[in-house]
Amino acid sequence: MTRFLVPFFVFVILAVFLFIGLKLNPSEVPSPLISKAAPSFTLPQLYAPAKQFSPQDMKGKVWLFNVWASWCVACENEHPLFMDLSRKNLVPILGMAYKDKPANSQIWLRRLGDPYLLAVSDIEGRVGIDYGVYGVPETYVIDKQGIIQYKQIGAVTQQILDEKILPLVKELQAK
Amino acid sequence: MRHLLLLFCLLPVFSYAGEAVDMAKDPVLEKRMIGLAENLRCLVCQNESLASSHAELAEDLRREVREQMQKGMSDQEIIDYLVSRYGDFVLYDPPMKKATLILWYGPFALLLIGGIMLIYKVRKRKGDVAETELSAEDAQRAAALLGETSELPNQSKDTQA
Repeated sequence: MTRFLVPFFVFVILAVFLFIGLKLNPSEVPSPLISKAAPSFTLPQLYAPAKQFSPQDMKGKVWLFNVWASWCVACENEHPLFMDLSRKNLVPILGMAYKDKPANSQIWLRRLGDPYLLAVSDIEGRVGIDYGVYGVPETYVIDKQGIIQYKQIGAVTQQILDEKILPLVKELQAK
Repeated sequence: MRHLLLLFCLLPVFSYAGEAVDMAKDPVLEKRMIGLAENLRCLVCQNESLASSHAELAEDLRREVREQMQKGMSDQEIIDYLVSRYGDFVLYDPPMKKATLILWYGPFALLLIGGIMLIYKVRKRKGDVAETELSAEDAQRAAALLGETSELPNQSKDTQA
């Protein structure tokens, strides 16, 4: 009997591991930036390149930092969610156009709507490296002290927004 | 037409796979950068090293490494910087930590389990084999089959064996 049971259990264990493996996303790399201070930067504003923005300007507020680009297809998918969120005025959203020509970013926002309190351009992608960006879109939740509390790699979905991001934002705003 | 086809077949000869090098102004620094980048993983195409990847992010990261080298940072400082941004994942040689223990010792544990099972099985089988002895009848039959005697094996006796 054990002759058959042992291989059977080995198979079951293997199957469980493989099944879990099916649901994992290998391109999702856990970010070491969680609960670290958001890297500082100064970047020109998209609509007023003469003016600068830096994360210190948002001290005392909980905010979302959305890294996007006009060449990024998945960004278009998540964009309506941000539009909706900005209408509800729950949390300020700041956008960073990653490796994108400001003219293209502007056209994109004109076409799909602008949910951002403010947008900056990271034309060369240097700030992106500081934030560990490797696949746009990426979205960060940054708390009142300027600490990164959450990082979403890839497009935000309604489910992620409702189950993870918004509850976290509420919790952080109450602090 | 045939000549054209031949020409097309030869086309790959002109392409060659090399490191994805951009801007090799300072050959010494470039060499050092490539040496470092070979041990770093490209995050976009995860099975490629930072040195060989043509992904845009890899190019940017090579630029970053190059600039940090120009600033006089040591290899370790640059690796620490990248790890602080992208995690241990960028390293092809991950450090020994609580989270990577399975990675480092898992294969040896599996080898040990496999070895124990093998020894157990072999010992068990040895006992099984020793018990069966060749009967005189079978020995005769085997000898016949091997052609040592001209006598043909008796089919009717087989059932009793």
